[in-house]
Amino acid sequence: MSTTKRIGGAQRPVWWIGRLSVLVAVVMVLSSVLGSHLTSAKQLHSATNKGGVIKIGVLTTLAGPFAVPGQDGYRGVQIAFKQVGYKVAGKTIKLIEEGTDASVGLARDKVRKLVEQDGVDFVIGPLSGDEGLYAVKPYAKLHPNVTFINGTSAAEDTTLRSPSKNFFRFTTDGVQWMAGLGNYAYQTKHYHRMALVAEDYSFPYSQVAGFMTEFCRNGGHMVQKNWVPIGTHDYSSVVTKIPSNVDAIYVALGGSDAVNFLKAYDQFGGKAPIVGGSITVDQTVLGTKGALQKRLIGVPSAGPTADNNPSPAWQAFVRYYKTIPGHLPLPGLFVTGYYYEARAAILALQKVHGDLSGGQKKFQNALAHLRFSGPTGAVYLDHNRNAVADMYLTEVVKQGNSLYNKLIKVTHNVNQTLGVPEAQFLKRGPLSRNNPSCP
Amino acid sequence: MSASARLVAIAAAGRSHRGILIAAVAGVLALFLITFPLYASGYQMTAIAALSMILGIEALSLIFLAGYGGMVSLAQTALAGLGAYTIGILTVSHSLAGDLIGFRVFGQAIGYTVHSSYPLWAAVLIALLVSTAFAFLFAVISVRSQGIYFLMITLALAMIVYNVAEENYTIFNGHGGIGGERAPAVGGVSFDPIRYPRPFYYLVLVVAALVYFGVRYVVRSPFGLALQGIRDNPRRMRALGFWVEGHRVAAFTLAGFIAGVGGVLYVWYYQIISPGFIDLTHTINILIIAVIGGMIYFEGAFLGALAFTLVTNFASSYTDRYNTVIGLTFLLIVLFSPNGLMGLPETILRLPRTLTRFRTVTLGPSIAGLGASFGLGPSSSQRDRPRETGPPAASGSSEEADRGINA
Repeated sequence: MSTTKRIGGAQRPVWWIGRLSVLVAVVMVLSSVLGSHLTSAKQLHSATNKGGVIKIGVLTTLAGPFAVPGQDGYRGVQIAFKQVGYKVAGKTIKLIEEGTDASVGLARDKVRKLVEQDGVDFVIGPLSGDEGLYAVKPYAKLHPNVTFINGTSAAEDTTLRSPSKNFFRFTTDGVQWMAGLGNYAYQTKHYHRMALVAEDYSFPYSQVAGFMTEFCRNGGHMVQKNWVPIGTHDYSSVVTKIPSNVDAIYVALGGSDAVNFLKAYDQFGGKAPIVGGSITVDQTVLGTKGALQKRLIGVPSAGPTADNNPSPAWQAFVRYYKTIPGHLPLPGLFVTGYYYEARAAILALQKVHGDLSGGQKKFQNALAHLRFSGPTGAVYLDHNRNAVADMYLTEVVKQGNSLYNKLIKVTHNVNQTLGVPEAQFLKRGPLSRNNPSCP
Repeated sequence: MSASARLVAIAAAGRSHRGILIAAVAGVLALFLITFPLYASGYQMTAIAALSMILGIEALSLIFLAGYGGMVSLAQTALAGLGAYTIGILTVSHSLAGDLIGFRVFGQAIGYTVHSSYPLWAAVLIALLVSTAFAFLFAVISVRSQGIYFLMITLALAMIVYNVAEENYTIFNGHGGIGGERAPAVGGVSFDPIRYPRPFYYLVLVVAALVYFGVRYVVRSPFGLALQGIRDNPRRMRALGFWVEGHRVAAFTLAGFIAGVGGVLYVWYYQIISPGFIDLTHTINILIIAVIGGMIYFEGAFLGALAFTLVTNFASSYTDRYNTVIGLTFLLIVLFSPNGLMGLPETILRLPRTLTRFRTVTLGPSIAGLGASFGLGPSSSQRDRPRETGPPAASGSSEEADRGINA
């Protein structure tokens, strides 16, 4: 049948096409809503477990700049549950994975979907600092009967200021990761004047603050700060600004940003040595071949893992990690972090015999008082439900053809205030581009 | 009976049938939408339905411009974002990590706190004014370009807004943005979308309906008809004495107002606005929504937004690659149903004729026909298809086909 006709020389759709389309639209709307109705939880998840299954939502970044770390994070969760055969306290574990792109909006959408649509019992995640601070924490406050366990999000204020009672972070924050590095840079390496290059969001603010806490206290001067948007490709304007009389540059960039900056600085002919943030020297950056390798050798850094940590627990974890399909050359902080969080969930569930009733109060109480050991040492939570754990000072060394982070020193039991009394630590105020400052 | 009398009789008969069918379909849809909260969960009311309508409003501003003004603009998301930022700046007390206007306390440079407490209704009005004003500015900059160049200019403007929001800390608070925008509480009723999904759903439904019917009214007004004339044949309209640039600027400004409305609802839904919400991905998403829904139908804006929201929501339960699913959907729509989902019935009904045509037509013209659907070059298949929107044919001359004004 003809669906067009000529009117005054022009082709027009017959009058009923538009209305038929609307009817089709209505049918599609109806069927999709009814369809989604059949697959959704009718109400917010109630505290009782349905038929011996515990549903756990895992939030990680699977798109965007942190996609590879995100996949590794999910492997950490899988390792933890594989070790117990996906069964805890007699109940079967079902993992529901949701991917974000490290943006706040998508994180909000996905955590809502996990809790309200998929009806998970609790959530493990997110990976990135802003997601934790601006998406998961505010949402957690609205749902006190659902438990939220962190992934590796490491912004300071997620737990330090107005924490949510049902948000538990068994990993450490960006400030803690820098424990020992500021002292090492000033006292051992004799870097007294430094400039920095870092990405412009909450996690690097924490890293810089952690480094500068010790560095400035020793009398060091951070004379210039260069904040760049995530995903910057062109660092030419940055490298030309860096003063030539600095002793070293503190670089807190991730993944491809780090590589691009080092390349630009190398081509510019810059001579200053580098001090690295925790993710600046992870395996994705250390894997670069060619001239950049020279730049990376000897870069000191600090963080929650050290590649050649001789402890038996770590070595066993490395062996286990290498049996997971798709693994990276060595486990980094993302898989280790998610592993710790999942392990905490397992131990707490075992402690309460899988009882998630009563608004999950017993479960949350068990989490808050948990103490256990893992691949990178012992961990327990402070009163803000943030981890106290060991930190590793490292330096990049070359072995054969590849680079790895060699362990220099372990700092034990680092807490969120780096040993400073909390009232004094809080006086510094929320972290930002200008805070802290010691020019 | 003479030929013209027969035509009139047929038209008259069609019109009475048409009236009944329209009323029936509209009635069913309206009833469904109004009673939706009775059988939907809070999540479906807000995360699916309300969000679809909000995205639909933004897509509507694009479809109005593209389908009826002949201007495909990528600046709608940025304009919505400006409205959202205005709400944030005016109503949320927040700390700005100012580096230009910071001040020193005991040698430490710290940011400053902006105590903002405009009444919400004033903030909304100002936000809409800001979106509209920037739309006017963007229009004045870009009105003399056409087609792909217009697209590029509006894209550049959108990226300027994004980058300013990302890097400016004295007003926009940079990467972290401004969070904590509370939805209004009027007369004891709170419209917070997470705590009280039902009032928020109705608020969005009413606003979306107003915008939808408003735009429909505008395109049937003399202004709207002139706009369509300018879309089809600007040279002719100019010869008739119409101020072409003026109409275009006015249309763009109106579209900016609509985008601003979407932006206000958007920030109340997410309760945060940051550059991540107005980046390139979100900008393109609105265009994708418009194309998936059908760029010559206003209903296409909402249908496309619904399809997009559903895919984003449910595809992720089955695959990590939901963006790929969206991309594939978009590709399929563009290839096989250029008028989007709204044009699907028509595409299906024309299938027998299309298939028989493939038998007798060689490959060359078919590929040319495909290319024509992207707006590249003139093609005989264009005449068989209802008036397509988008950039004018690359041949440049709009007098080539003496098309009448499409109402």
